[in-house]
Amino acid sequence: MSDLVLEAVKVARYFDVSKPWLQRALTGGRRTTLRAVDDVSFAIPKATTLSLVGESGCGKSTVARLAVGLYEPTSGSIHFEGQPLSAARAQASLRRRMNMIFQDPYASLNPRWRVRDIVAEPLRAFRILTSPRDVVARVGELLTQVGLTPADGEKFPHEFSGGQRQRVSIARALSSAPDFLVCDEPTSALDVSVQAQILNLMRDLQQRLGLTYLFISHNLAVVRHMSDRLGVMYLGRIVEIGPGEEVFRTPRHPYTRLLLDAIPDLEMVGKARTPVGGEVPSPLAPPPGCPFHPRCPLANDRCRVERPGYTVAGGTLVACHAVEEGRGEARGYSTSAV
Amino acid sequence: MTLLDVQDLTVEFPTRRGTLRAIDSISFSIGTGEILGVVGESGAGKSLTGAAIIGLLEPPGRIAGGQILFAGKRIDNLSQDRMRAIRGRQIGAIFQDPLTTLDPLVSIGRQLVETIQTHLRLSDRDAKARAIKWLEEVGIPAARARIDAYPHEFSGGMRQRVVIALALCAEPRLVIADEPTTALDVSIQAQIIELLKRLARDHGTSVMLVTHDMGVIAETCDRVAVMYAGRIAEIGPVVEVVRHPKHPYSEGLMGSIPSLEHRVARLRQIDGAMPRLAAIPPGCPYNPRCPKVFDRCRVERPGLLEADATRAACWLYDKAAAHV
Amino acid sequence: MSAAHKTAPGAVARLLDSDFVYAYRRSPIAIAASLVAAICLLAALLAPWIAPHNPFDLASLNLLDSFKPPAFLAEGERAFPLGTDDQGRDLLSAIMYGARISLLVGILAVALALVVGISIGLTAGYLGGTVDAILMRVADVQLTFPSILIALLVDGIARALLPREMHEALEIYVLVFAIGIALWPQFARTVRGSTLVERGREYVMAARVIGLSSPRIMVSHILPNVLGPVLVIATINLGQAILTEATLSFLGVGLPPTQPSLGTLIRIGNDFLFSGEWWITVFPGIGLAMMVLAINLLGDWLRDALNPRLR
Repeated sequence: MSDLVLEAVKVARYFDVSKPWLQRALTGGRRTTLRAVDDVSFAIPKATTLSLVGESGCGKSTVARLAVGLYEPTSGSIHFEGQPLSAARAQASLRRRMNMIFQDPYASLNPRWRVRDIVAEPLRAFRILTSPRDVVARVGELLTQVGLTPADGEKFPHEFSGGQRQRVSIARALSSAPDFLVCDEPTSALDVSVQAQILNLMRDLQQRLGLTYLFISHNLAVVRHMSDRLGVMYLGRIVEIGPGEEVFRTPRHPYTRLLLDAIPDLEMVGKARTPVGGEVPSPLAPPPGCPFHPRCPLANDRCRVERPGYTVAGGTLVACHAVEEGRGEARGYSTSAV
Repeated sequence: MTLLDVQDLTVEFPTRRGTLRAIDSISFSIGTGEILGVVGESGAGKSLTGAAIIGLLEPPGRIAGGQILFAGKRIDNLSQDRMRAIRGRQIGAIFQDPLTTLDPLVSIGRQLVETIQTHLRLSDRDAKARAIKWLEEVGIPAARARIDAYPHEFSGGMRQRVVIALALCAEPRLVIADEPTTALDVSIQAQIIELLKRLARDHGTSVMLVTHDMGVIAETCDRVAVMYAGRIAEIGPVVEVVRHPKHPYSEGLMGSIPSLEHRVARLRQIDGAMPRLAAIPPGCPYNPRCPKVFDRCRVERPGLLEADATRAACWLYDKAAAHV
Repeated sequence: MSAAHKTAPGAVARLLDSDFVYAYRRSPIAIAASLVAAICLLAALLAPWIAPHNPFDLASLNLLDSFKPPAFLAEGERAFPLGTDDQGRDLLSAIMYGARISLLVGILAVALALVVGISIGLTAGYLGGTVDAILMRVADVQLTFPSILIALLVDGIARALLPREMHEALEIYVLVFAIGIALWPQFARTVRGSTLVERGREYVMAARVIGLSSPRIMVSHILPNVLGPVLVIATINLGQAILTEATLSFLGVGLPPTQPSLGTLIRIGNDFLFSGEWWITVFPGIGLAMMVLAINLLGDWLRDALNPRLR
């Protein structure tokens, strides 16, 4: 267990999204709770990548924020290097070992700061280097490491392209020499050719520095490229989690299959595929039982009332009654329609 | 049969630092019932091309050269009023964000009926029947019951369907869809793609699909134009461009897309970034990033040249030079 | 100056080349308004050196010089270009010295409102929740009273609490406080609004991930990004503050005649308006109007130039 960098056990995070008190009192509305993340468990061993994938509103970004302590879990526990996350975050020596890379390369860098100050901020905040000369040298080193030049430190964020900004963002994340990085959709705002640059850079850095990633994305192809282990999220829950290769080769949960079926792919050029129906229900009013049952071709009465627990299937955990009961394993379904 | 014929279209933006050429002399055509994909990175000029065709260029942008022929007639020099009559009736448009296209204060039925009656002489009853028919066509369940609902009562995917119904209800012959699925989740994206394909197949509608997602193009289009720095780098049948790209840029682009089918240790990457409009290099705009660059590329700009089944703007395919 | 040049090479050249300066050079209103404002500012700042007389030097005043009309009228004297008041003070000099006091009160009051408003707005916007609710309700309540009423109230309390001589000496600070306190809610609301937007941005989250304290994030990250709109309001409010001071002085609760601001001069002249000595009130009035108009036009232009949506 000692080589686990991050471990989450039955983590839930609810948000109170009620209308303001006065409005509620006047219109007679009730308190409404958004269960953004519900009963989520996972563990990330050192120097590996766990990816979480899902459609918008599935709670994957909330998990990212929980993992770096930007949100407190409503219930459940998160441990970082064997210590409770809140205790770990209270110590600068542990806090500096985690950092985050964000989605929007335009909003994640302070527009009024020079790049050298942005990259140096963690160095100064953690008092890793104090002499200005050392800071300048280290910033130059970091910028070189992500494929920029030390001279770029003099510029402001708006002077860079989206891909270059994301490099700056990575340099900042690396500057406190962390070993755990949470990456929240780091390439979804980038063009594909630039995305390839950034993904390659992240893999290189992982190998060179032994980094551990929690990688959040909605893009299954990107996730496949990046992950050792993969979790598929739907309406705040992980519906299937296991080794990346296995999840892609033999997807078991009906939702995982639907996702894999729906993604347009270069390999599918000129072929027809069976369209999928329905869309994600509002997370404010999730269906009872298995949250996927309204769209699931395998749903029966049990699925409509009872929430499925995890079933071990091969190397993966699947939250599905149908998988547990062994129904519909082959019928009416193939991973890619031909 | 050619429905839309774009010839040497050039779009410029005058700025105080000089005129920026955002689209530089591009030519392509779309046949009846054909789906043409236009793909490229942000800033390549793909959305501007669509905007220029439907006469919705944001000022100070302007068409500075070339012509656009629709069903054999020039439409690039029409007045605002004449163009407005063509928009919607002859050419429909679908944009990325369904929320900004719909009026939040008017029921979707009302919006559809008004659009239909602007373009077609139909009674209220017939227009409403047609509105319901189109809502059903785009896959809105219980269309008859929901016709009086307001946009906020629909989910994102349903709203995009309403937008598509709105673009199609006057039965235009050409639809320009600018990133119609980018704001949507994958499962809904697949449904919208299916819908566009069915339109082209069943109604003979021509579609120009502008997107940055090569996967969407691969599944939807008959032909594809790859744009780079305001020019067409390669154009041809989608199977050919995806499987056997000829232009080094399309080759790099295809290689940089991670695949669902197999995992590679490293993705092919194109180093550098697309040049800014103010600093497009002479010759071929791709030459600073091109692995196959040679001297001619740095001075002389290539036009579209025959390259097997596609046409590519690359000197590698200059047969005249090969003989010399 | 040279140090600044060293750290930021070409900073001046970059500024001159910016869209902002470009917009300025193309706006005749902005150029005219800033010229007038600059003249007013210079005249006020340099009054002790360039004014023809010193209106506060009682020794140089001569009652025989009182009620002289402006020099361009038949009975005027060249020594008093805009005429004199009831005590024989040269009006031009009095206006220059008065503008000095008006501007001083205005700038200090706006500075006070800025400091209070920015601190409260940042805190309310960043911390949110109950703190936000309480601070913003206070601001709302205050906004329902006209600012002149609040200034009158504060001034009245100060008068009641302070002995007369002390009050007279401190009057200028009482005014600054009264006007500054009346203006802060506007700043607080603007800053809070922008802070709410910035707080959700990813660069703020990046700072939170490395564990920076809230005050540090507010000051070093958010503040530089919310200052733009605040400076626009500050400019517009400067005109408002000067007018409020003039109104208070005109009503007799502002600055005493021994330290006349433009408002005091207008009040003094008002007594003689119907006996034919119109210049005593009209010239300070014109001076005040010009100054405030220039500042307001400049503020309006700034707002448009800095608002990307209107461009």
